[in-house]
Amino acid sequence: MSQTTAAPHPDAGTRPPFLTLSGMSKRYGGVRALADVTFACARGSIHAVLGENGAGKSTLIKIIAGVVQPDEGAMSLDGRAVAFPNPAVANRAGVVCVFQELSLMPDLTVADNILVGDPPRRFGLIDRRAQRLRAEELLASIGCEDVNPRLTVRDLPLSRRQMVEIAKALSKRPRLLILDEATSALTAADVERVYAMLARLKAEGVAILYISHRMHEIDALADTLSVFRNGRHIETFPKGARSPARIVELMIGRELTAQYPPKPQLAGPCHPRPPARLVVQDLTWGERLKGLSFTIGRGEIVGLGGLDGQGQKEVLLALFGVLKGAGGTVTVDGKPHRPSSPAEAKDGGLALIPEDRKTEGLMLPMSIADNLVAASLPRISGLVIDRARERAAVAEAVRRLQIKIGSPEDAVSTLSGGNQQKVVIAKWLMTEPGLILLNDPTRGIDVGTKQEIYRLLRDLADAGAAILFYSTDYDELIGCCDRVNVMYDGRVVRELEGAAITEQAIVACALNMEEAGRG
Amino acid sequence: MADVAVPAGRPVGRGNLALRLRQNAGLLGAVALFIVFYGVYNLYHPRGFSEQVLIQNANEVFSIALVAMAQTVPVLMGGLDLSVGAVMTLVNCLASHLVAGSPVQIVLGVVACLAAGTAFGFLNGCIVVYGRIQPIIATLASGAIAIGIALFLRPKPGGKLDEDLSWAMTNALGDLAETYGLFDGGQAAWFQPVAWLPVPLVLLALVILCVWMPFERTLTGRTVYAIGSAEGAAYMSGLPIARAKLAAFTLAGFFAGVGGLFLAIQTSSGNADIPQAGAYTLNSIAAVVIGGTSLLGGSGGAVASVVGALVLRAISFNFRIFDIPPLMQPLVEGLVLLAAVSLGALRALRTRNRLELFR
Repeated sequence: MSQTTAAPHPDAGTRPPFLTLSGMSKRYGGVRALADVTFACARGSIHAVLGENGAGKSTLIKIIAGVVQPDEGAMSLDGRAVAFPNPAVANRAGVVCVFQELSLMPDLTVADNILVGDPPRRFGLIDRRAQRLRAEELLASIGCEDVNPRLTVRDLPLSRRQMVEIAKALSKRPRLLILDEATSALTAADVERVYAMLARLKAEGVAILYISHRMHEIDALADTLSVFRNGRHIETFPKGARSPARIVELMIGRELTAQYPPKPQLAGPCHPRPPARLVVQDLTWGERLKGLSFTIGRGEIVGLGGLDGQGQKEVLLALFGVLKGAGGTVTVDGKPHRPSSPAEAKDGGLALIPEDRKTEGLMLPMSIADNLVAASLPRISGLVIDRARERAAVAEAVRRLQIKIGSPEDAVSTLSGGNQQKVVIAKWLMTEPGLILLNDPTRGIDVGTKQEIYRLLRDLADAGAAILFYSTDYDELIGCCDRVNVMYDGRVVRELEGAAITEQAIVACALNMEEAGRG
Repeated sequence: MADVAVPAGRPVGRGNLALRLRQNAGLLGAVALFIVFYGVYNLYHPRGFSEQVLIQNANEVFSIALVAMAQTVPVLMGGLDLSVGAVMTLVNCLASHLVAGSPVQIVLGVVACLAAGTAFGFLNGCIVVYGRIQPIIATLASGAIAIGIALFLRPKPGGKLDEDLSWAMTNALGDLAETYGLFDGGQAAWFQPVAWLPVPLVLLALVILCVWMPFERTLTGRTVYAIGSAEGAAYMSGLPIARAKLAAFTLAGFFAGVGGLFLAIQTSSGNADIPQAGAYTLNSIAAVVIGGTSLLGGSGGAVASVVGALVLRAISFNFRIFDIPPLMQPLVEGLVLLAAVSLGALRALRTRNRLELFR
């Protein structure tokens, strides 16, 4: 990671800050999102903003990017007072944001998307050829030569979309670049490319605001760190001035307990393997799954690891009845399992926490209560939905997962990301599943909620559930899983167990370096 | 999310052709349908594949093609315009008053008719953008207003348009040249290879080439697609949302106006025909769908809708050949339409990841 530790730009520190905010406040109805925030960030440095969901980070960057207007406070850029009524004006001033919620138009091509704000034109008409070449150039600058600019964004996997989003931001020639969880869906290789790009921009004197929940990223990248909590700016300090544990304490305002719950000693020489709940033999699907076999026992959490796009998601989708024409045999609790739809899979006792909570996990405009009962409606309805039982089930779910809500009748879109994900998980727990499939369930959610989810998973496993857990975050696999199946090119290349689950082993197997994996 | 494994390096040649074919599958299906229906019609027609038949059909196709183009623009944004048929009717009635007299009067009349359609579309845009009313309900109301004005202009069918203009616009290019003494009265040698072309088809091509295709390539046009694909993302990308919506409805008004003007020229009269206005609006939606434009917005285009309109008309041409009793025609038309639209649903059979059907 030597390229990421480029020296600060010569201007850093010697000139006044590039961006300053003073007295910024913002309320949403009765909720105070930002309270009297004063904040500055400098040219040629990477400034990390830390905080739990709901700490005010999102509101902060939305104000800087012109998406929302502050109630009070002033902003200045390069010494001049500015106000951005909308993102277009902010873009023109050189303030560009890579949002967590992708700002891509799925039906437009990659090239259209990257240059959508200001496409190359001839006689006022978009010059598609020049646009494509420019898009290729921008993609190449972040190491994505393999993305065909003629494809529609809809045809790209999430990780590639996020790289397109970054290329799009670069096309606007930012002077202040804001990255909001921009690496949360990226593969490890892409993350390295983004680091290199950030180092280059930093050397060119661009001010960079970096928001991430991944501490090791912040450790690798940031020059300065600012912690937010409950809408307030708590502290700003240079990297290395506070220990990671202290930083987390600042973020959550309380002492940090162990991040991952302890693993039981299930398997081992003196412990027999628990009885299998899920047995997968020779699972195939087109070109993506090439015959893989594994089992999960009662009370086990089994991880799926490896580089993004090696078939992990397809395994989950195949088990959940989404993929047509999957081959091989699957048994759940000894019974053959061949679902032809998620509805059938659900009846077989399966639950899937999907990849994208906003499109596959939740019906955003509907209420929290409607979302919570969506998967378990048959349980609470006779001829019509039993309102009393619905209310009781909702209250129970909110209590069990400690979801922070106002009223269950509020739209689920009003919740923070972490609480939205809790709603998705609670929805599925209400079906009392015996086998829980998770597709990257902690993407873009805060440390506190992550911990709660890890604990919940372990509790569910202890209660007898079998859990299949796909994550792009290796830390998580190491901390949570009893065993990890590392996938490469549609196959399980290695099953790691117990103390053998290390980052080196996962990375080595993920790259299919068989020998190194054993070493 | 399947088939994303794009090989490293720059895909060239065949790969891009395959990609284009895949991205335009809806349009290609519509073209194939048209070839089948129109081919059958001409094969069984006693004077099939002749210039007269082509000219007659071109006249029958023009107005619905333009109204379908009009419908396409709001649909690309994810909205529906229920006023396109009514605006066409309004301009039709206006033209029956204005497009006659001296050449100068005729030109001014034509300009006034097109301006009226465009202005009405702009009005629709203002209601949607500044009134923040959903397109479908805004245009339901404004369409009724357009019909009201049309009835006021033409309580009973009638009026008169310039006869030379009617003749010249509804026949072959050669007749146009002869009527107005262009290109040596249509006898110029270079002109002969194109003299047989029906004027309505040439006009249609001109509207596509000079209005739609440039619009599609402006930032505003791109924004129309972006809004239909993901309006929030379009806003976050700093695109001119309000301008694009105004432009989309204005353009729809213009296309509908051209359709109405031609209808007046073709029939040499104006008629505030309420059922006809409704039928044109509904057929325009059908044409848009047959052409492969998504009703959710974001993908498709006006050229595809023109092909959709051609398919619709080709279906009804066949009724004349195969002696389907008039009382049966709506039923048969409905069945054929359903079958045609179902072709688009065939992709559901090919998709191996069921989740993709919901994206």
